[in-house]
Amino acid sequence: MTLTVGWYMGLAAVLFSIGAAGVLMRRNALVMFMSVELMLNSVNLTFIAAGKELGLVEGQVAALFVMVVAAAEVTVGLAILVAVFRRRATANVDALSELKG
Amino acid sequence: MDALWILIALPLLGSLTLILFGKRFGEPAAGWFASALVVVPFLYALVMALRLFGGAEPETVLVFEWIPMIGANASLLWDPLSALMSLVVTGVGSLIHVYSVGYMHGDERYPRFFSYMNLFIASMMTLVLADNFALMFVGWELVGLSSYLLISFWFTKPSAAAAGKKAFVVNRIGDWGFLVALMLIFAAFGTLDFATVFGTAPEVIGVGMATAITLLLFVGATGKSAQIPLYVWLPDAMEGPTPVSALIHAATMVTAGVYMIARSAVLFEMAPTTQAVVATVGALTALLAATIAIGQRDIKRVLAYSTVSQLGYMIMAVGLTAFTAGIFHLMTHAFFKALLFLGAGSVIHAMANEQDMWKMGGLRKIMPLTFGTMAVAWLAISGVFPFSGFWSKDEILGAAFGRGGGYIVLWVIGVFTALLTAFYMTKLMLITFWGKGRWDEGVHPHESPYTMTVPLIVLAFFSAVAGFWNTPARLALEHFLEPAFGHVHQAHPPEGAALWTLALISLGVVAVGIVVAWRRYRVEELPVEEGGYWDAALAAYHVDDAYGKTIVLPGKKLATWSAMFFDLKVVDGIVNGLAVVTRAFGGSLRLLQTGWVRSYGAAIVAGSLGVVLWLLLQGGAF
Repeated sequence: MTLTVGWYMGLAAVLFSIGAAGVLMRRNALVMFMSVELMLNSVNLTFIAAGKELGLVEGQVAALFVMVVAAAEVTVGLAILVAVFRRRATANVDALSELKG
Repeated sequence: MDALWILIALPLLGSLTLILFGKRFGEPAAGWFASALVVVPFLYALVMALRLFGGAEPETVLVFEWIPMIGANASLLWDPLSALMSLVVTGVGSLIHVYSVGYMHGDERYPRFFSYMNLFIASMMTLVLADNFALMFVGWELVGLSSYLLISFWFTKPSAAAAGKKAFVVNRIGDWGFLVALMLIFAAFGTLDFATVFGTAPEVIGVGMATAITLLLFVGATGKSAQIPLYVWLPDAMEGPTPVSALIHAATMVTAGVYMIARSAVLFEMAPTTQAVVATVGALTALLAATIAIGQRDIKRVLAYSTVSQLGYMIMAVGLTAFTAGIFHLMTHAFFKALLFLGAGSVIHAMANEQDMWKMGGLRKIMPLTFGTMAVAWLAISGVFPFSGFWSKDEILGAAFGRGGGYIVLWVIGVFTALLTAFYMTKLMLITFWGKGRWDEGVHPHESPYTMTVPLIVLAFFSAVAGFWNTPARLALEHFLEPAFGHVHQAHPPEGAALWTLALISLGVVAVGIVVAWRRYRVEELPVEEGGYWDAALAAYHVDDAYGKTIVLPGKKLATWSAMFFDLKVVDGIVNGLAVVTRAFGGSLRLLQTGWVRSYGAAIVAGSLGVVLWLLLQGGAF
């Protein structure tokens, strides 16, 4: 059984779904972040796989961009999280519903 | 010649300086400062006017471009007519400024008063020097503003505040006419420039258009120059300080209508219907105001109605197309009426602000200077030979007679008004200066300080001799004004024996007026004047009440309805209704905002899935 690109895509889809489910179902902001990272990395996987399959370098370039953005996102996100935690002593996102209409 | 603009700029500078830093000037520096900024333009105008006498050409000076497209630039016209008006405005203005230095002594808003006075001079000079209708209108409105500010100068007195408001509102009615006339002129000529309009009028417009324009201009003149039916504001304007009454409401501003008509002589010459209307309104105003003046007891109100009456003469003159006569009377009237008001102010000052003539009397010996100078003005306004009023009034009456036809009726009215004028002025003098003192307790009359008496003496001199400028034997003023009126055909008094007859008739009725008044009021106990005519005249024939019932009251009702019903229910109803609808809509939509991050996340995921599905369907995946 050869490892065709479809397997990579399938794995990426599974990882993405797990990540999305985590974001939607977990209440802890920290875990939600981790789930988001999972989603981002599953996308990276598709980029790399597709780049290899098509013989293009752009896939790897895009993956690098995603990593940079992910790093920035985590930095900001964690900072917000720490700030929220200091004020509210909770990381439960459902408790942060001040913007309810 | 290029520095004409300083005639406007200096008083304007004075006004701004005094309104900003007036307190630092204090009293009397503020008054002298303001006076200097009128005297200097006067001297400059005098030099420039002498050049015109010497035969210099009239000219136009462009200060800056304003709206060149409609022929409206900040551009000043220096011709004999505007030169004469400038001399009257700044000359009489200078004297009255100096007079005010003494008269306004002790007023807590002393610098403010002079700031407004300077503003008035600047505005009036703008009106006079403008070389197009638009700039003239700017000056026209600004003099209205300064008049309003000065009438209600003592605004803590409710009557003064009301009088200022009344003057402003009544003037607005006239201004409406002026403004519509400007629109018609622009529609017909495509420009508001005097030179173009007057130069091409006979070719560009017909008699109908000329009549429409001039009638509307005349509506403007009835407001500013206090003619029937808009004269009612002027008597109330006496609530202002007396120098204001002298400068604005006797000598200069109220003559703006006369000046404007004289300036538009070409247009008025084209419209015989307008001439008849203007002359008739002028004559009737002269008569009506004179009959009211006889019955007034307040010295300033007598003079106010007298002013309305004399303005009637001027308007009649320009209506008769005797433009030179109108301007001539404007000038002599500026001298003797300013003098009368300043003299009255001097008396009021001496009588501790008493204005009722019935409480004066016997002031002849106590205030010799005031009495002597006012006596000159009395003879001048009555039309006694050889004082100035005789010459100018007779020229108007002569012109009415000279026009012949129906205008003879106006001549009769004018002559009768001259009789009434002599009567009420003699009455004023006798009650104020002769007889015994009927003063209230604690009033100690005294002669006024020199700042007040010196202007009186100067004005008395001119009231006496100004008439010699334009006598039938030597029409110097007419000759001087020729460049301004150019080819306009003016009405003239008849010549030869008829002229002498007319003059003798005038002098005869004046003598009758003076003698009748003398016999009636030169007595120890003044006659009781009550009931019938006297009550009606004292109340000015209840014209104010009639206007109040027919115009003001419905107007107030309309305003109340607008405010209490239309605004509250309809306008606010629409605004509030929109707010209610918006709020209800928002209220239903806000339920979507749960505040839970994860529900937003779910919405994003669902949306993305939807897009992906749609793309797949489009791509034919299924």
